[in-house]
Amino acid sequence: MNICVLLKQVPDQGSVFTIDSDETWVQEDNLVFTTNESDNYALEEALLMKASKGGEVVVCTLGPDRASQTLKDALAKGADRALFLRDDAFDRLDSLGAARAFAAALRDDSFDLILCGLQADDTGEGQLGPMLAEQLSLPHVTLVVQTELLDGCIKIKQELEGGWFRHLEADLPALLTIQSGINKPRYASLKGIMAMKRKEIKQVSAADLSLTTGDLTPHQILKRLYVPAKTKETQFLEGSPDEVVAQLVEKLANEAKVL
Amino acid sequence: MGKILTFIQHQDGQVSRNSLEALKAAQELATALSHSLAGVVFGLESPPEQLTGLKLDEVLLVPASELKEYTQEQYIAAMNAVIAAESPELLLAGHTYQARDWLPRLASRLERPLVSDCVGYQLDGQITWVRQIFQGKINADVQTTPGLAIVSFQSGAFRSDDLEPGSPTVRTLSVDLSGVTLHVRPGDRFQEGKGTVDLSHAERIVSVGRGIGDADNLHLVRDLAAALDAELGSSRPVVDYGWLDHDRQVGSSGQTVSAKLYLSVGISGAIQHQVGMKNSGCIVAINKDANAPIFEIADYGIVADLFEIVPRLTAAIKEHRGT
Repeated sequence: MNICVLLKQVPDQGSVFTIDSDETWVQEDNLVFTTNESDNYALEEALLMKASKGGEVVVCTLGPDRASQTLKDALAKGADRALFLRDDAFDRLDSLGAARAFAAALRDDSFDLILCGLQADDTGEGQLGPMLAEQLSLPHVTLVVQTELLDGCIKIKQELEGGWFRHLEADLPALLTIQSGINKPRYASLKGIMAMKRKEIKQVSAADLSLTTGDLTPHQILKRLYVPAKTKETQFLEGSPDEVVAQLVEKLANEAKVL
Repeated sequence: MGKILTFIQHQDGQVSRNSLEALKAAQELATALSHSLAGVVFGLESPPEQLTGLKLDEVLLVPASELKEYTQEQYIAAMNAVIAAESPELLLAGHTYQARDWLPRLASRLERPLVSDCVGYQLDGQITWVRQIFQGKINADVQTTPGLAIVSFQSGAFRSDDLEPGSPTVRTLSVDLSGVTLHVRPGDRFQEGKGTVDLSHAERIVSVGRGIGDADNLHLVRDLAAALDAELGSSRPVVDYGWLDHDRQVGSSGQTVSAKLYLSVGISGAIQHQVGMKNSGCIVAINKDANAPIFEIADYGIVADLFEIVPRLTAAIKEHRGT
């Protein structure tokens, strides 16, 4: 069972963002970056499958130099090797362009499964997985909350809306997008961190993948970022803990009348 | 004059609210751009009742028997055929789990952009779509290259009760799906834990997020809920970590609530959570991160350590209610 896991490095969820002067991205200097939450669950699912069925887990990311940390973290947790799509031409791809880049990088490998997280916590598009599956002509299943490997296929529990689920069976090879909560992602062990240093991170450029400017030109252009206008006027209660609690009870009782 | 198609998701003829909301956006855009508007319905012989009184140019029925139940591969093949026949400028849909499953793949097949989870648009010569990024902390204006754009709208971005009335004509389109092989074979839908906790009718909800830090700290919010006669709800991470059962979860993958009082504790308020609770009456947020998106929609905000506030609040509520 050879599995590729797609990972994305994103700003930590508690980040405070300052929009850049050109208003098309945020200042990254003071941000703390981490691996996208649902991607961690995808990696853990792959490592669990490897533990039961053998084979290799390859992790792959696309991003600036800092994104290599996400690959190192995954290698320390037990992935076997890493593929790093790194090229200035990969800056500001739209989802379709990113799918083309990953497709070019993974097309010649014969993975039984490609796993990725449900969506990235930064841009929140949730498109890369299904788009890549299309580019690679693989079946795909989104919102996977349980997997069971069978002979030549995989049984999946998929989350639907409002507490509904369904089971599906997909032919292998296939691509799955993993919902958070499917497993308990591990932490890297000290041994894993030592072993990581001997593992390969292969860096590939657009030219290595024979990708042209046309392949990567976005069809979706980010024009401007801004802080959303508030729809509600929040009353912030200030003071010592005892003071804010007293204010809140008073407001809930007499202003909102909900006590 | 171009054409706008809106995909109408339904379950056994019952139209998804998200589709009606997308239809509201479509009505506005069709008027502003002088485009025609069609609602596309898969797998039904006659139009759903909810569409027949609405201002649409037509309801386009694709009744093929393969489309009775949703399968991603049949839906993509069918919509591909509809787009080839109709050449729309826009394909609009609600940003549902089903849409997330098949629209990106359709976009990839057509090599056209999908602008997903939009909250609005602006018109100024061309269409600018508005999306939220960084979990709702920043808005992004997005434009697409000339040609078809596929756009999905966040739940609640438009109001379905504002739909304009009218009387659409009905047209049937037959598509040939005999060549589609299913590589993903779906089973029946089922529900888990149904009816154990119904938050949708709760008048008061105390909802807890990952800020609580550990399952061992949950007694703090349970005590607060008890003091308020409130149900206990949660954000997704709390369920993912196994601290509470799934039937406590509020948000796009859990329950949608509209409580008179929604008191959130240690919840940052990602979009996925907000869509499940933002229609509540009075929203209180207690969070130590002053920039947490939950404060965008809160009536009362307390920026503080929840462990300092919650026990005091429980005591104060008890005293106020004389219990």
